[in-house]
Amino acid sequence: MDKMPKWADVILIPLISLLLAAILSALVILAIGEDPWAALKMMVQGALGSTYGWGYTLYYATNFIFTGLAVAVAFHARMFNIGGEGQAMLGGLGVALVCLFIPWPHWTLAVIAATISAGVFGALWAAVPAYLQAKRGSHIVITTIMFNFIASAVLNYMLVNVLRPQGAMDPATAKFPAATHLPTLHELLLPLGIKFSKAAPANVSLLIALAACVLVWLLIWRTRLGYEIRAFGFSESGAKYAGISPVKITIVAMLISGALAGLMAINTTMGEAERLVLNATEGAGFIGIAVALMGRSHPFGVLLAAILFGFLYQGGAELALWTNIPREMIVVIQALVILFTGALDNMVRIPLEKLFLSLRRKEG
Amino acid sequence: MDYMTLLLILDSTVRLGTPLLLACLAGLFSERAGIFDIGLEGKMLAAAFFSGAVAAVSGSVWLGLLAGIGASLVLSALHGLASITFRGNQLISGVAVNFLAAGMTVVIAQDWFHQGGRTPSLMGGGRFTPITLPFAETLQDVPVIGPLYYHLISGHTALVYLAFACVPATWWLLYRTRFGLRLRAVGENPAAVDTAGVSVVGLRYAAVAICGILCGIAGAYLATALQAGFVKDMTAGRGYIALAALIFAKWRPWYALSATMLFGLLQAVALRYQNIDLGSFTIPVQVMDALPYILTVVILAGFVGKAIPPRAGGEPYIKER
Repeated sequence: MDKMPKWADVILIPLISLLLAAILSALVILAIGEDPWAALKMMVQGALGSTYGWGYTLYYATNFIFTGLAVAVAFHARMFNIGGEGQAMLGGLGVALVCLFIPWPHWTLAVIAATISAGVFGALWAAVPAYLQAKRGSHIVITTIMFNFIASAVLNYMLVNVLRPQGAMDPATAKFPAATHLPTLHELLLPLGIKFSKAAPANVSLLIALAACVLVWLLIWRTRLGYEIRAFGFSESGAKYAGISPVKITIVAMLISGALAGLMAINTTMGEAERLVLNATEGAGFIGIAVALMGRSHPFGVLLAAILFGFLYQGGAELALWTNIPREMIVVIQALVILFTGALDNMVRIPLEKLFLSLRRKEG
Repeated sequence: MDYMTLLLILDSTVRLGTPLLLACLAGLFSERAGIFDIGLEGKMLAAAFFSGAVAAVSGSVWLGLLAGIGASLVLSALHGLASITFRGNQLISGVAVNFLAAGMTVVIAQDWFHQGGRTPSLMGGGRFTPITLPFAETLQDVPVIGPLYYHLISGHTALVYLAFACVPATWWLLYRTRFGLRLRAVGENPAAVDTAGVSVVGLRYAAVAICGILCGIAGAYLATALQAGFVKDMTAGRGYIALAALIFAKWRPWYALSATMLFGLLQAVALRYQNIDLGSFTIPVQVMDALPYILTVVILAGFVGKAIPPRAGGEPYIKER
């Protein structure tokens, strides 16, 4: 198994894949007549050069941590949860119902209830594909794709026909009551004497996301359930032989995955928009795939990859503002990252393995 | 509902069902050869853009069609490279193809035309024009059959007739030729095909290429026949509906025709009626939008007949050493 040292597998391969994606992205930018180096400088300046930029970078990163962890947990059970988008939409619905219809005295109580509600809604949306995969053998990828579309229809219906305030034109809920307002990083850091941009949307959900990273790490590597999930992902027949129920693991792993994706809504719906809008997820569910692949399904890797994608998102917005590089350039970069770290993994891995083997032979 | 309205809805069913049919047959070739393809959406989108762009610049719809097929083939080659040569995860590769197309089409469109990610509207020779079949005008006054022939069967673009012709052609190719037998075998048991001395890699690349061509035609149809030009994200999930139809059709050509036309009908009804009033309660338009996906999940769940995918689907083939 160990054709090459662990550090090469964990660090070198993702870095080379990322480099390939970056080179191709630079070529695309060059091809549309812009300077990639200047673009990179502008992205760094725009995303990391001020607390305002950091505020946006961390806000996006919070979304991607949740969706990345969601995909990662499913990956550990060797399942591909492509339905993070739909689960996050339903999570938004859960957050909105809790915030709109229960009069909360303080945001701390509201955020606990909203977290539970978002998680439960997300998990429930993942439950049907999970059950169908476990019991009926329906392919989880196809069912979760279908559930994304069904989720968007459900959300559309709820916003247009049920939750829209009377007289309002756009399909969105009413604004949440002021008591549910989540403190932003500005408000959190002010008592500590640190000045942080007032306008940036990063908020207390970032801390929930970081906690989720730790909890997922504990779950996967420090609990019996996590061991069972990894064993199942490694070899289904082996796990079965060891007395692990495939039905249970499939369903439980997908429920956790769905709940994590649903939690994203605390950040977007409760933290930023403070009402539920139609396109609250903005594709973050899909970016979770790229984040989990790049982070090698490890919570710490997911955290780093999420911050990188947060940087790309905020930097890309700056580019779209100041240059002729459209916002969709981020989608291209995202595609290249998925391509190289996911689908073309062997293209980097096989030559590297050969290289390390020949090096070892020379030593031996 | 009178006869004329029915004909108009069916006519719109054919129009909306055609891209689904082409994409569904595309997926059929790929998946029957054991290569899952959730990148149908992306290939259609890339084809739609390049056909729209080339048709707008050159003024020739046929050049546009070729460009669309070419763009789709490039993405097919990428998918083949990742999933056949480098034995990567076919689903992840498909996701990458979809995002690549979604991003690149807008980036290039903005660079070439500066119209916010769209191509200029196509006029004259830049579009496929409806073909009036012989005697359609003269037979128009014959009761029942005349309007049926005039409104439903005649008056579509060449690509519609091509798509319908692809159904028997696909059936014949898959079930009546040596190539088809081998292609189906490679999706069920590639080791057996390999033992017989036939190249698994070659067959799978051929299947992926056919998939690319059909997706290319589907995309070109969207931009040059159904609408006049490319707009951002114009496939609007059609690739996924085609995927759903493929499962609905249990990976068979004639079933694919009925499944895609059923989903086309749902789209046509949703487009015409918005909310359907049934007296005591109304069916909201969102239900019509979601129905193809709900039906597919029901089929996948195996409650209404079981959909069994090709056995070697999604598995990269590793020759034993």
